[in-house]
Parts: sequence; C-alpha cells; structure tokens
Amino acid sequence: MDIDLTVIWALIIVFAVFVYVVLDGFDLGIGLLFPTLEVGHERDTAMNSVAPVWDGNETWLVLGGGGLLAAFPLAYGVILSALYAPVIAMLLALVFRGVAFEFRWRDPGHRRIWDIAFTGGSFVAAMSQGIVLGALLQGIKVGGREYAGGWWDWLTPFSLLTGVSLVVAYALLGATWLIMKTEGELQQHAVRLAWKLGAIALVAVAAVSLATPFLEGAYFERWLSWPNILKVAPVPLLVAATAVAFVRSLRAGAERAPFLLTLGLFLLCFIGLGISIYPYVIPGAVTIWDAATDRSSQVFMLIGTVVLVPLILAYTAWAYWVFRGKVKSEGYH
Amino acid sequence: MFELPDALLLARIQFAFTVSFHFIFPAISIGLASYLAVLEGLWLKTGRGVYLDLFRYWIKIFALVFAMGVVSGIVMSYQFGTNWSVFSDRAGPIIGPLMAYEVLTAFFLEAGFLGVMLFGMNRVGKGLHFTATLMVAFGTFVSAFWILSVNSWMHTPTGWAINDVGQFIAAGSWMDVIFNPSFPYRLAHTMSAAYLTTAFVVGGVGAWHLLKNNKNVRARTMFSMAMWMAAIMAPAQIVLGDLHGLNTLEHQPVKVMAMEGHYQSHPEGAPLILFGITNSAQERVDYAVQIPKLSSLILKHDLNAPLDGLDTVAKEDRPPIGIVFWSFRIMVGLGMLMALLGVLSLYARWKRKLYDWKPLHRFALVMGPSGLVAVLAGWVTTEVGRQPWTIHGLMRTAESASPLAAPAVAASLVAFVVIYFAVFGAGVVYILKLLAKAPAAHESEPAHIPVRTAGITPAPALEPESIPGTKERGDGH
Repeated sequence: MDIDLTVIWALIIVFAVFVYVVLDGFDLGIGLLFPTLEVGHERDTAMNSVAPVWDGNETWLVLGGGGLLAAFPLAYGVILSALYAPVIAMLLALVFRGVAFEFRWRDPGHRRIWDIAFTGGSFVAAMSQGIVLGALLQGIKVGGREYAGGWWDWLTPFSLLTGVSLVVAYALLGATWLIMKTEGELQQHAVRLAWKLGAIALVAVAAVSLATPFLEGAYFERWLSWPNILKVAPVPLLVAATAVAFVRSLRAGAERAPFLLTLGLFLLCFIGLGISIYPYVIPGAVTIWDAATDRSSQVFMLIGTVVLVPLILAYTAWAYWVFRGKVKSEGYH
Repeated sequence: MFELPDALLLARIQFAFTVSFHFIFPAISIGLASYLAVLEGLWLKTGRGVYLDLFRYWIKIFALVFAMGVVSGIVMSYQFGTNWSVFSDRAGPIIGPLMAYEVLTAFFLEAGFLGVMLFGMNRVGKGLHFTATLMVAFGTFVSAFWILSVNSWMHTPTGWAINDVGQFIAAGSWMDVIFNPSFPYRLAHTMSAAYLTTAFVVGGVGAWHLLKNNKNVRARTMFSMAMWMAAIMAPAQIVLGDLHGLNTLEHQPVKVMAMEGHYQSHPEGAPLILFGITNSAQERVDYAVQIPKLSSLILKHDLNAPLDGLDTVAKEDRPPIGIVFWSFRIMVGLGMLMALLGVLSLYARWKRKLYDWKPLHRFALVMGPSGLVAVLAGWVTTEVGRQPWTIHGLMRTAESASPLAAPAVAASLVAFVVIYFAVFGAGVVYILKLLAKAPAAHESEPAHIPVRTAGITPAPALEPESIPGTKERGDGH
C-alpha cells in the first residue's frame, strides 16, 4: 500500500500545534494568573517557573506556522488572511509578552508596566488563539484559491466562546503547573484557583462541544447521528472520567496529577476537534488533499523531520528534566 | 475591495517595515555570535583575562539583541500568510520546505546551545562551553543560509515547474532550487555585511570608551580587533559587492539599470553617474555628476561596451527608480567610508597611535551604526530593485497579496509601528545603557545561575543583582 504522505503531514502539523498549545499554554496561563499573585515573591516564583522554557516553547509556534506553509500552503494562505485581525493581534501580543518577560528583570523601575504587558500580552494571545480556533470551526469562505469573506467574518458569538474557553483552559494549565512547581502559600493559592478554573473550564468544554454540532450539518452527522454516536461516544465519556479524576486529585492534594489530567483534557479536546474537522483543513471547503503541497516537497521535508524532530524532542525533554522539582523565587538551585 | 490598490501599498509598507526592523537584529547577532566565539577561542588559547572580560561584556548585548530578533522573527513567519496569501499558496511548495528546514536546523540548534553558552561556563567544561558558543554561531549561519536561499530564489528562480493548480514546485533536484544563481553571491555579501555591521558597532563602542579613557585595555582590544576587521573586510566586501552586482547584471539587468540611473541605452559605453536627481517623468537624471564610460568599464570590463537602459523596458516592468538609485548610493558611500576607516586604522597602527589618535576614534564612533544603515540600504536596493515582481519575472507583487480590505491593513500597520517603536525602542535603550558602561576587569559573570538549556532570552540571569534575593545565591560551592 502506498503511504499517504498528506495524512502523515497532517499528523505532523497537528502534533506541532498540540505541543505548542500545551507547552506555551501553561506559560500563557502564568501570565493570565499574574494579577492574582502578590507582587514580589509570588510573582517572581511564578515567572521563574517558566523562565527557562517559555521561549523554547514558542519555537513550536514557528514550526506550526512554517510547517503549515510548507505542507499545506493553500490552507496557510487562506486561513491566515481570513483570520487577519486575530492573527496579527496574537503576534503583537506575543512580542509584548516575550520582551516583557526579559525587560521586567532589566528595568526594575518600570516593573509594574512590564507586568501589565506580560498579563495583557498573555491574555490577548490566548484569546486570539481561541478565536482563531472558533473561526476555523465555523467555516471560512473560500473562492477559487483565496479567502472570499469579509474582514470581520471571524467575529461571532461562537468564536468569542472558544476565545474565552481557551483563556480559561490556559489559566487552568497555568494553575495546575504552579501546583506542581511551587510549594507553601503560593501552591495553596494555585489549588484554590484550580478548583474555580477547573469548574469553569468544564462548563466551557461542554458549551463548545454542545454548540459545535449545530454549526454545520457535517458536524451534527458525525457526532449525533446513529450509529456514529456509538463510535465517538468514548470521547465525551473520557472527558467526564478525566473530570472526575481531576476533582479527586485536587481533593487528595496531589501535586502532579492535576497538571497531567489537564493535559489529558486538552488531548481529548484535540481528538474531538479532529473528529469534527477531518479530512478537511478548512471545514467544508478545503480537504487536506486539496491543500497539500507537491509530493516532492513532502518527501524533501519528511527526511529532515524524521531525523530532526526526535532530536528536538529529546533535547526539550532534557531541558525539562534539568529544571525538574520545585522552584523558588530566587531561582533554581 | 474597491480600495485594493491602497491595501496592496499598505501591505508592502507593512512588510518593509516589519522586515527592516527584524533584519537589524540578526544583522548584529550573526556577527556578534562569531565575535563571541573568537573571543572565547582566544581566551582559551592565551588565557588572557581581557578576552574573557570582553566575552562577558558583549554576551549581555547578544542576549538582548537575540531576544528581539526572535520575537520580531515570529511575526515574519506568519506575515507571509496574513498579507501575502496568494504568494504563499503559489510559492509555498518551494519556499515552505526551505523555511521549515530553517526552523528545524537553525532555530532549535540556537535554542539548544544558547542556554549553555550564556550560563554554562561553570557548569560544563571549557571545551563543551566553547562548543556551545560555536554551535550558536553556526546556528546563526545556518539560519541565514536557508532564509537567503529562499530570498535568492525569489530573485533568480531556478529548478521550478508549474503544477496544474498554478503552484511553483520543484522540477527535479532540490539542489537547483537551493543553490539558485544569485544565492552564493547574496550569501557571501550578506554574511560579510553582518560581520562588518558588528565590527563597526564594536569599533564604535571601543572608540567611545577610548575617548573617555584610552588606558582601558579592554576598550583598546575591542577597538583594535574591530579595526582589523574594518581594514580587511571592508575592502573584501567591496569586491564581494562587485561580484554580486555582476551576477545581478546577468540575471536582473533592470535592477542594475535602476541602480545606475540609466534611463537611456548607451550603445558606446555608459557613464557612471555619481550623483544626480532621478527624474522618472522625463526619463533622465537631472544635475548628474558623471564619469564617462566608467559604468561600462565596471560592469563589462570594457570602456566601450554597450549597456541597455530602462528605455528598453516596458514601464510596468520597471522598479521605483529613485528609491533604488539612492539606497544604492547610500550603501556604496558607506562602504567606501568603512574602507577609508580601515585604511586610516592601518596608518595609525603603523604610526603607533591607534589608541591615541582622537580624530580616528571620533570617526569610528560616528561610523558605529554605519553597518546597520548600509545593510538596510542594501536590502532596500535589492528588494525594491526586484519590483514589480515577488518572484522575478514570474509572479508580480500586485498578484501576490491577500484579498484584504485597506482598513484592516492600515489598522495593523499602525499597530506594528506603534508597538515596535515602543517595545524595541525600550530594548535599544537598555542596550545603550549597557554599552555606556566601560568594559571592566573581571566583568560580572553569572555565578550560580541555572543552565538555561531551552532559554534563548535569559536576561535576568545575566544580571543576577537585578533579581531580588539573588545576591546571597553564592552558596553551593
């Protein structure tokens, strides 16, 4: 059987995006939670907990974007021009967030301003990414090989719902990350946040899941028609099971489980999105095969990817291993 | 969409603005990474503390410059899609893989080794640390390699075919795509420009501190090293530029016509126009100061060689002549001044007054940012000179843009301008503050700082005293 490189490339891109979402997700979550932390010790500790890894995490965003251009150039062009405003907002927010991270330490006199930039940048970036997701799910108008809609099409109640949902989900990731990486009063604070955010996040997941099938006939067909419903039922059931486990882990005072279970929740949501969208890359308009690059390009890149991505993953894992354990405001020891 | 022409112009301005801002940072960090490698290598070889002090002095600058290069670079990797979606779709199968290779081979390499380079001095052995520094320097080169290959392909596309949906695809070997005709020249010219840019920044900073205190051995060393670079690389760059120009004449003659201001053809030898006011309406250069036949001599190595002018090119296929004409003169003029400074430094060395001759130091100080200006001017020359094409001769800029409404692009352009000036302005202020301090003996080192393996922008750890509670961190050993 001939291996379908297009499917492989779709999986590679989805993988890169997923790695980005969970890795930068907790960085952005820390930024979102920053205002709830006490100035000084708590903020410094929270920031130190992501300081060594945030910029490496962001490189996955470049890989996701660059990979989409390389593997699905049509989708890259159409999606990014269709979602112009939220994408530009995200990029500028990430500029702010990224330098604020560094300038905060360099310029103690203006630390308050850079703290605001840090939180504001994280919020706008998270919200924009959620809006991008919602706008993609609700469909993009394509004419010929170009975007054919208006420049406000992305803004709907649904895309705002997904935007807010992702903000909450990132904040939850951030809170559970803090549970894992800190101790004492800050950790207790993070536990209290995780209870609230976990509840809101589950409501958000439910709301998006219930709204999605009614966006388009194809989604409804896939999720709610008989006998499809039997095949996809494990996803919501696993979400429910994860939620129960999450509650129990918080109650038991577990330190790592809440974070890992939140990651599991993200993974299940990702699988759910895949069930909705596949085999489209732009729902209802462009399939992965419509958008796929030339076979020669697929092969050329696959060689590099097969060799280099495992190396990158090994290195990233090592970086996290180096910084394992609890973090203090003074930095690592 | 009735305002589409405006949207196109706005998109072009936005791309020019963001890429110019971005280009400044790698132009410095490419050269600075290599300079740091040289400093560390010299320190390991000679054991002289002055090299280690300079290494620690410049690595603080490097961290900030690199950080700003990274965040402004992320914008670039998405802007192809937001503003140039049609180009992305059609050229994606060619340029996409090259850029993906840049991420996989360069960005992760830099991210991987920079942490060790910045903080690992006491954690890993000297040899391993030096390896990390070399890897970062190599990573900046690899990054330039791929992105300049992409850029060169847009100037001199080879190895392509068109598929049934109108996309450019590789016709056969990827080597024909990567090593397209202008790539070797552009790579050499641009890398050399990056080294010169750094050399003049280092020279300017050294000169500034020599003017204040010419006994500072670290200021002396950095100034001397920078002046060697100026003396050797500036003339070499003129040769490389000439070769690149001849390559451009072969593949993009219209660009050279614009650079030279040759509106008319010269069947019996073309003059070299030194200065003048381009007048595209009348198709002539007003108030031209020119040397007869010299342009033919430079470009064709024959005084009487005929040279075609813009009169042989349809109006809609010509680049904006005034911009190209002037940016080229700015670049060449600065290049000549750089070479002059290099020669003067050799004279001063011969007279044994390299560290005492204040006019030379003032000249070097003024020339500090000259590399940055020259790099941008050169970039404008080649990119504007490619117009009206995105892919030379094959795809027009006008048919490359995203179908966006003008207000959308105008709003984003304003946002970019405001935020870039505010954010990177602050960054430049922080850099200048660091540079204003003279390099000291036993330049502060990050004593007990985490090995920031994944970190590419670890400013806090470079100045531990800026973090509350870090001063008493010197326990451990």
